[in-house]
Amino acid sequence: MAALLRRELLLALRSGGGAGLGVSFFLVTILLMPLGIGPESGLLARIAPGVIWVAALLACLLSLDRLFQADHEDGTLDILALAPLPLEAVVAVKALAHWLTTGLPLLVVAPVLAVTLALPGAAMPWLVAALAAGTPALSFIGATGAALTVGLRRGGLLLSLLVLPLYIPTLIFGARAVDLAARGQSPATAFLLLGAVSLGTLALGPFAAAAALRMNLR
Amino acid sequence: MSFWEYANPTRFMRLSGAALPWVAGLAALSLAAGLIWGFFLTPDDFRQGSTVKIIFIHVPAAMMAINIYVMMFAASLVWLIRRHHVSALAARAAAPVGAMMTVIALLTGALWGQPMWGSPWEWDPRLTSFFVLFLFYLGYIALWAAIEDPDKAADLTSVLAMVGSVFAVLSRYAVNFWSQGLHQGASLSMDRQENVSNVFWYPLLLCIAGFFLTFLALLLLRTRTEIRARRIRALHQRMAAG
Amino acid sequence: MLPELGKYTVAVLGAYGVTLAGFALLVGASLLRHRRVKSELARLEAARRQADER
Repeated sequence: MAALLRRELLLALRSGGGAGLGVSFFLVTILLMPLGIGPESGLLARIAPGVIWVAALLACLLSLDRLFQADHEDGTLDILALAPLPLEAVVAVKALAHWLTTGLPLLVVAPVLAVTLALPGAAMPWLVAALAAGTPALSFIGATGAALTVGLRRGGLLLSLLVLPLYIPTLIFGARAVDLAARGQSPATAFLLLGAVSLGTLALGPFAAAAALRMNLR
Repeated sequence: MSFWEYANPTRFMRLSGAALPWVAGLAALSLAAGLIWGFFLTPDDFRQGSTVKIIFIHVPAAMMAINIYVMMFAASLVWLIRRHHVSALAARAAAPVGAMMTVIALLTGALWGQPMWGSPWEWDPRLTSFFVLFLFYLGYIALWAAIEDPDKAADLTSVLAMVGSVFAVLSRYAVNFWSQGLHQGASLSMDRQENVSNVFWYPLLLCIAGFFLTFLALLLLRTRTEIRARRIRALHQRMAAG
Repeated sequence: MLPELGKYTVAVLGAYGVTLAGFALLVGASLLRHRRVKSELARLEAARRQADER
């Protein structure tokens, strides 16, 4: 499993900066928001949690269609399916690698961008905590969507239609936690619900994704 | 004879062919009666004026939008467990009907909301959930259309229906958490205290029956079409194979 | 012949119109595809029967 994780990470880092692309996309999306809405800091502070979360969803979505596609094309996926490692574990490792290369960098960049959006300082720790708790769910839900569309020639567009609605609970709880913290209220309920969604998808996502992959490989 | 006998395509074709005219006739009858009763023969509500007449289409459409999704979930589950082709094809046949019911519920709701709430669209939990439900229908239909091999398509869309149902319920509660609603509480519970008066209640029941029977007739017709389309595919393959 | 709808005429008629149009679309599309698929199947079956007889 460690070997597979190392391979996934190396591939992501080497192949045209797949990891950097997600963060760059996140940066650009958030830069575009004030340009479209206007530089008024009160308004920006009000919408900052939602903007950051929506940008995080889109950034995660961006690299999802490569999650299984490349391995499916060159036959690696068939070998992985025959390997002694259960396919569920393969999926989990791949989703973990996806999170390490797209979700984790967002945690580092998000507070800096939040400052530019005038998010109150009190909400900063909660922003990082909520992203840390929520973005793994994005990778694991995304893995299920990617597994469903792996054999399709133009799966990317379909993937976004399938996966984005599934991101709704994570988005609502995640953005709400940060929003409540920014208003000086307790974000505990929203944060705990966010964690519950994440833990649920972490536990069940690999099974759904592996089932879909087996159907695709048959 | 067990219930599963009807899962045999040949038997299903025979039975559904015999049942279809009756179901369709009954559907047309109850739908026409319900809508005419509701539109022409009910009084105006003292607060909502003539807009109460929209209840006779808005409520049944909304109920069907949810029930059809539940039916798709059940049919997908049957396909995954027992691999009856009729079941998978019925789920596929139901999806566009469900999507249309969702659209009707949303549009009639918008037309009702404009005079009553002062705006056609509010980010109210129920409206938002229906919007989300519509997206789930769209994704499901798109996935069916995208996959060539029918058995693989049935498998993968079934998985999507499973995952989607979990998240549809989850989204429903998440959306409740996100905003308070404008909708009144349940006015159609079984013990309906005095929420809806009898003048509106009976035509509404008739309309619900009409919508349900219309769905059933469309489901039978569309499932028959899917079975035939599948047979055409099989014949083409056999000819290509020699 | 139309009942008095007062100031809500547009809303009520619009809602009924949308519903009828939606149902007509569903029924029409379902029937159209039903007919096309049925005749295609009949054609194929006939062709196969001829091939069998020869």
